[in-house]
Amino acid sequence: MSYRLRVNPILCTGYRMCAELLPERIDLDDWGFPMVDARPIGRDLLAHARRAVAACPRGAIELVPDGDGR
Amino acid sequence: MTVTPLATVHRLLAGPDPRLGPEPLRSHLTRLGARPRGTAGTPPPFVGELERSGLRGRGGAAFPTARKWSAVASRSRGHAVVVANGSEGEPASWKDRTLMALRPHLVIDGLLLAAETVGAAEAVIYLPRAFDAAHASLSRSIDERREQGERLGTRLRIAAGPHRYVAGEESAVVAHLNGGEAKPTVTPPRPFERGVMGRPTLVQNVETLAHTALIARLGSGWFRSAGTAGAPGTALCSIGGAVAAPGLVEIALGTTVAELVAMAGGGTAPPEAVLIGGYGGRWLPAATALPAALGVDVPLGPGIVVVLSAEDCGLAETVEVLAFLARESARQCGPCLHGLDALHSTLAAVVVGTARPADLDRLARWCGQIAGRGACHHPDGAVMLLRTALETFAASARVHLRRGPCRGCRRPRLLPTPIMDTRWR
Repeated sequence: MSYRLRVNPILCTGYRMCAELLPERIDLDDWGFPMVDARPIGRDLLAHARRAVAACPRGAIELVPDGDGR
Repeated sequence: MTVTPLATVHRLLAGPDPRLGPEPLRSHLTRLGARPRGTAGTPPPFVGELERSGLRGRGGAAFPTARKWSAVASRSRGHAVVVANGSEGEPASWKDRTLMALRPHLVIDGLLLAAETVGAAEAVIYLPRAFDAAHASLSRSIDERREQGERLGTRLRIAAGPHRYVAGEESAVVAHLNGGEAKPTVTPPRPFERGVMGRPTLVQNVETLAHTALIARLGSGWFRSAGTAGAPGTALCSIGGAVAAPGLVEIALGTTVAELVAMAGGGTAPPEAVLIGGYGGRWLPAATALPAALGVDVPLGPGIVVVLSAEDCGLAETVEVLAFLARESARQCGPCLHGLDALHSTLAAVVVGTARPADLDRLARWCGQIAGRGACHHPDGAVMLLRTALETFAASARVHLRRGPCRGCRRPRLLPTPIMDTRWR
């Protein structure tokens, strides 16, 4: 089972915690909002990704099973 | 060079002289015959005919109409909602308000047909409060049908909302009909999954619905007799800018921009570039645009074509449109909220000559960062407009960097950038 990260851009206000905790897959744009790599999250990064998701004070980023939604 | 006949194809706009106003029910019925009724089913019978017609929506994705109807029909169980979308937030477009004002019964026929086909419990016509003529025409037309004792089969009402650029995006329409602000929401769920009152909802442009009313009467073969095999049928186009007779034209898809310009009385000055598809569309140099077949070589989107003459400044036009798009952002998503303001102010600095060459690189980088990162496609449209402006007016941008405003900058703007409703409800 692989996962993808999905940002809810309306909830996100740019706390940047996710990019701090998962720099392998999350960059910040020039205004400090996350740009998420579209590739699936493999086993190696899953724990870090879960931590990044849990750290968001807005609940604006989630892990969704690969192939779900957009 | 062959001379192509310039007759426009009158389908949606056939019938009485437009100066006579809304076509009355009696004239509509005499001209076209009784309203075709839809039947629900799995799949509904009319969906096959719709699929064969090749009709597509007028949004950026040009989504096949039959697929959209099927998706709602299969989830409806008699509960779905169908919305005729007459929002028309594009300032350079008049087609939807004009169609609603002049041919209200075609729109209502299409809406009722869709409601019956997908098995809907309710049908809504959604339009901006500002569209007085369209509103009056539609409500008079619904009364006419009730007076004639027509069995509408579905609850039918008109809902009016704010006139704003993004208020017609389908999730924004649903949000407004659910009592909220007419701002786009995060998808999924899409309206066909969970829309008005949580029900499967079909949001369809009023022009697309009007086409279905004719396809149901005359068949998919008739529909395909105009246009090309890959882009069948006709489309309403708003043509403006440096042409002798700006206005509304119905064209067969595949018509070239040059033919459309000729239908609008020809250019008033040598053309420099053409904006195709509205404020989220594309600038193309005249040499590329004029031979391009609309809906074939270049997406037509909501049917907006604006001709820029060599005396005008495409960059100055783009600055004003970016200011408009930034103002019209729902300001919900960071990349749109911050990004569009940055695109506008930086391009403005380029045009007045206070920017440095590196600012052009910054604009290109921001375009890459912003695209695809909003809840809706509003920021993507702004990026498309700017990217194609920087390509089309690349030489002009370098001159502006050195010398500031050009002669064209001092001319009045061609593209309208009105102040729209300030409220969202």
